[in-house]
Amino acid sequence: MRKPSSPLYELTLVRVKEFLREPEAVFWTFLFPILLAICLGLAFRDKPADRTPVGVLEGPGSAELAARLSKSPGLTVRTYTEAAGGNALRSGKISLLLLPGPVFKLDPTRPDARLARLEVEDALRGANDRPATKIEEMKEPGARYIDFLIPGILGMNVLMAMWGLGFPIVNARLRNLLKRLSATPMKRWHYLLAQILARLFYLPIEVFAILGFARIAFDITVRGSVLALWALLLTGVFAFSGVGLLIAARTRTIEGLSGLMNLVMLPMWLLSGVFFSYERFPDAALPFIRALPLTALNDGLRAVINGGATLGEVTVSLAILAAWGLVTFVASVKLFVWK
Amino acid sequence: MTKSFADVKAVAGLDLSVARGECFGLLGPNGAGKTTTIEILEGLTDRDGGEVSVLGLTWEKDADAIRERIGISLQDTQLNDKLSVFETLRLFRSFYRSGREPEALIEQLSLGEKRNARVGKLSGGQRQRLAVACALVGEPEILFLDEPTTGLDPQSRLQLWDLVVAFRSAGGTVLLTTHYMDEAERLCDRVAIVDHGKVIAIGTPRELISSLQGGSVVEFATDPPLPKETLAALPGVSEYRPHGPNWFLLVRALHETVPPLLLAVEAAGAKLVTLSTHQATLEDVFVSLTGRDLRDA
Ligand SMILES: Nc1ncnc2c1ncn2[C@@H]1O[C@H](COP(=O)(O)OP(=O)(O)OP(=O)(O)O)[C@@H](O)[C@H]1O
Ligand SMILES: [Mg+2]
Repeated sequence: MRKPSSPLYELTLVRVKEFLREPEAVFWTFLFPILLAICLGLAFRDKPADRTPVGVLEGPGSAELAARLSKSPGLTVRTYTEAAGGNALRSGKISLLLLPGPVFKLDPTRPDARLARLEVEDALRGANDRPATKIEEMKEPGARYIDFLIPGILGMNVLMAMWGLGFPIVNARLRNLLKRLSATPMKRWHYLLAQILARLFYLPIEVFAILGFARIAFDITVRGSVLALWALLLTGVFAFSGVGLLIAARTRTIEGLSGLMNLVMLPMWLLSGVFFSYERFPDAALPFIRALPLTALNDGLRAVINGGATLGEVTVSLAILAAWGLVTFVASVKLFVWK
Repeated sequence: MTKSFADVKAVAGLDLSVARGECFGLLGPNGAGKTTTIEILEGLTDRDGGEVSVLGLTWEKDADAIRERIGISLQDTQLNDKLSVFETLRLFRSFYRSGREPEALIEQLSLGEKRNARVGKLSGGQRQRLAVACALVGEPEILFLDEPTTGLDPQSRLQLWDLVVAFRSAGGTVLLTTHYMDEAERLCDRVAIVDHGKVIAIGTPRELISSLQGGSVVEFATDPPLPKETLAALPGVSEYRPHGPNWFLLVRALHETVPPLLLAVEAAGAKLVTLSTHQATLEDVFVSLTGRDLRDA
């Protein structure tokens, strides 16, 4: 007789197959990050800086004035009659109306009005009067907002592992399948570990989707060690899977599971620096925020992708993630309810 | 052993032993405590009191060893719909140190055509056979089946019976629950009738039936109903009781009781509405013991 394969391998394989045979799950796992990246791509694509629209009141010398302002790269200029100019200003079509004098007519509470004023003053002043400053444009990869965002998105996606892990477990519990399995000599921790291993199976696809897109659309590359990147992602999956297992360990309903998942995930979405830096939170909160697994993962990923860090430089992140994974996994094995 | 859930005494001091090589049936109405009993034996439910020994081992000390040697089918497990029959069996096979080849088992359970079909697409009978296949794949010494044929059509029931018979004739021990009399009579060497968490009768189906003081049952109704004094006076009646709208009579022999009964009906000026007779069955044992029907108890 053929030797039967190892239970851990079979359990993992079965979970992967089950996942692949669930079209919706596949759709969301692979398409969500790509859709998100496309939205971001549209929002942050390279485009010329906005020009501020201003108006000049019709009258003697207005054509010459308009021509002078038009030379400024930051302005678009139109001439208006008195009535039309007032309307355009009120409706926000222009940010400033230039009256003879020169007098600036504007709404001081609008930020664009302040900008328009500076631009117009600058244009009216002769080139000689300008202070001799130079502008260095921040365009190189590594310093833009999108550079900050991409590692955060990657981290968030690993966090989402929790969802994919919890639902099949609660489902199997509801169907008495866990009870049936627990009546076999199957090792309990094999089942739990298999859920994590199966999650690792589609990690590379997600990672390549996000990083590939970031490279094509934003020229973002991994500047640090690729080994460190994968080490972070793997321990990240381990940490979040552990948390997911713990949440699913005793939950009996899908509603209960959703509630708990949201309760755990939402604070991390907000606190762990996915969309903006967590340094903006009060100092007293920082140690707590830094201890969260998503913060550790995001910090590590940013250090590697943007900062060019090596494996040795992200050991703190790795240690925090591994600790989360280990504690939650052991707790899950202990607390798991099989019926 | 005993087991209570909140205010329900599911198992209230139940005591039985099943010999190796035997096919033993737990027979009882809904809520009798059959599932609770069998799940305590399977190590899935903790008992409140009493002793359980399986294959001479105890769940406290040798849980893993017992699991290796038993096969079970729960009353209501839904296996993973997304997996095929073969994948399911291969998964279960991987848990056991020794066991049967999934392919062979699929053939034996005539699931060959469905080898690659998803579990979600199987009929109720096929699913039940797969559940039994999962119980058999570890080559168990004891097979626990909780209501294996409930909801199956007669054809599927027969197929499942064949499986149980084959397993038993190969030396296996079977413990099954059912509320079908014919199933218990056909399959089981011994039967325990369970009600309200207690064994109220135990023995071979033949013994149980002959424990009734009579081999036949007469059920009839008349308009207007006969008074019970009339029944008591009939020859050969060992027991009589109302059973729904009918009278239920346990009689020694039909030829001895039925003609006088008809005469009595005529003498009372009543009209016979229904009359049926049959050989006593386990069902009648249950009715006789509890005054209730197995099915609607
Ligand atoms: N988990 C539980 N919690 C509370 N009560 C329970 C639980 N399981 C069983 N019971 C109660 O214990 C009693 C016995 O139930 P059990 O399932 O053992 O009956 P059964 O003989 O298997 O019935 P059936 O023929 O309907 O399967 C019932 O009254 C039931 O309501
Ligand atoms: Mg039951």
